[in-house]
Amino acid sequence: MTVDISGASDESAVLSALPPLQRPDEVRASRHVESGRYGNLRAGLAQLARKPIFIIALLYVLFVIVSAIFPSWFSTGQPYATFPTDVMQPPSLHHLFGTDEIGRDLWTRVLYGSALTIKATITAVAIGLVAGLSFGVVSGFYGGWVDALIMRIVDTLLAIPALLFALAIITSVGYGTIPVALAVGLGVIPGFARTTRAEVLRVKTQPFVEAARASGASWMRVLVRHILPNSWGPVAVLAVLDAGVVIIAIASLSFLGFGAPPPASEWGTLISDGRDFLVTSWWLSLLPGLFVAVLVLSLNHISKTLQELER
Amino acid sequence: MTRYVIGRILQAIAVLWAAYTVAFAVLYLLPSNPVELQLAAAGVDPGSLPPGQLHAEEAKFGLDQPLIVQYFDHLGGFLHGNLGTSITQDIPVTQVIGNRIGSTLLLSLVAGVVALIAGTTLAYLATYVGVKPLRLFLSRLPAFGASLPAFLTGLLLIQFLSFKLDWLPASGQQGWQSLVMPAITISLITGSVLAQVLMRSFEEVMRQPYIITARAKGLSRGAVQLKHGLRNAALPAMTILGVIAGLTVTSSVVVETEFTRQGVGSLTQQAVSTQDIPVVLAIVMLAATLFVVINLIVDLLYPILDPRISHYPKAA
Repeated sequence: MTVDISGASDESAVLSALPPLQRPDEVRASRHVESGRYGNLRAGLAQLARKPIFIIALLYVLFVIVSAIFPSWFSTGQPYATFPTDVMQPPSLHHLFGTDEIGRDLWTRVLYGSALTIKATITAVAIGLVAGLSFGVVSGFYGGWVDALIMRIVDTLLAIPALLFALAIITSVGYGTIPVALAVGLGVIPGFARTTRAEVLRVKTQPFVEAARASGASWMRVLVRHILPNSWGPVAVLAVLDAGVVIIAIASLSFLGFGAPPPASEWGTLISDGRDFLVTSWWLSLLPGLFVAVLVLSLNHISKTLQELER
Repeated sequence: MTRYVIGRILQAIAVLWAAYTVAFAVLYLLPSNPVELQLAAAGVDPGSLPPGQLHAEEAKFGLDQPLIVQYFDHLGGFLHGNLGTSITQDIPVTQVIGNRIGSTLLLSLVAGVVALIAGTTLAYLATYVGVKPLRLFLSRLPAFGASLPAFLTGLLLIQFLSFKLDWLPASGQQGWQSLVMPAITISLITGSVLAQVLMRSFEEVMRQPYIITARAKGLSRGAVQLKHGLRNAALPAMTILGVIAGLTVTSSVVVETEFTRQGVGSLTQQAVSTQDIPVVLAIVMLAATLFVVINLIVDLLYPILDPRISHYPKAA
């Protein structure tokens, strides 16, 4: 059978060639199966595009990331520039988040603060992801005493609450954005290691792994080509969810006063500084606080939607 | 059964020892000299002191010893209930923590009770309510509560309940009024986590055949869910009690600092900012012990509460 692939008539040509019982939507369904992983991906994306809250959450996260890299795109001012005539102004069109006690524009400061906090978040999640993924894969793949040893270490790290562990590291390393990122990142390794291990264990027993081995693929090839691509889903969902947890931890640590020194404007520092003026100028603390909370909520919603999609 | 109990206890001790080793390594191996930092904070340049005096200061806290000796000294001390001496306050760490722990325990207990009642009620309602939009709303609430940072919740509460309405004090720890807002702030997080686990557990339990049997006997839906559902749904939720305790400890660091309460949480913040290493080590170990002991109790109780599971659970 020859099918004219260039013209728009190819669909009808295929249809007429098929037995009459199969309806057009069934044809489309079977095409997704044929086009494999990418077909599923396309179907998944189409499903996501119909979820308005998901789209809003995604856009907000993208906005925060872009504004962290290019803060000047969204604000004309400078983070340390003062407007002596506009001290303690409530939010207005001119100053979106109002101004602080020496007349600095809060919106600009929040955006420039994003750079620090987002950098710390990405560093922390990357540490957790890379180390956790490696430990999890080694643990699940090799099993035996290596697995037992790694899992005992993970149990130990889970026994110390993550924020206290981070505080202990900060005690000896010192303050700043990078120490905070490092401290929080180390704390999320155990979670990633556990999830990865569970996934690797699940995938390892699947028939296609056996088939790959039987057809002569080396263990290394099986690991890289078959096990990893099939187990990263839940790990990716966890990474998005943990990004939210990490942001809360980083903001909490800078709220407690362990972030970058002033006049840098990490989110937690801004929120903490604004507390002194809470009675008269609520926006100084609450608006940066809401900015952070909406970001965390968005990340949680994205992770939850992806999780539902995977089932 | 005895073997299971002894095995679990030994495992708990091993985890605690390993946690101590990790915490010690983090605090003592990494570059910092607490005595020099103390002197610098007091405005004394450590380089200007005669070397003998610096050495004497270090000897007072055992910092002149080789690390391995310090490690065993501290470990031995911990086993005898001696947590070392606070570098900033020059009094035993047990005393420093003892002065503060009452306030934190009270706050944690109140927050725990609030979280338990609110979390269970929410999970119960979200499972019971038949109206679909309301059900969806209730089931999404915990995810919302769990993602609100503690510092923001506290600030919102202070802004509305203290400054706008003038109902509650914004700081301090006099009387029950001062407990309300900190307890709500902590329990919003822990209660949300509890509600999330309970909801999932309810969903599972309410599909079981014995629920249909109970309904067929003529019991109302609410009564079935309370008598047959809740008891069985609560069992899996017990396994996260340790996590909830850990969350309570970590949120108390932020919450006590925010509401200026004198507890172990605010002590942690102060100890970290003054690099009082023995105090930090003691608090980390206190939290780890709490987590391990709660998990041990849950593990030991579980076979009694749910005889269906084997006394020799498979290695997880």
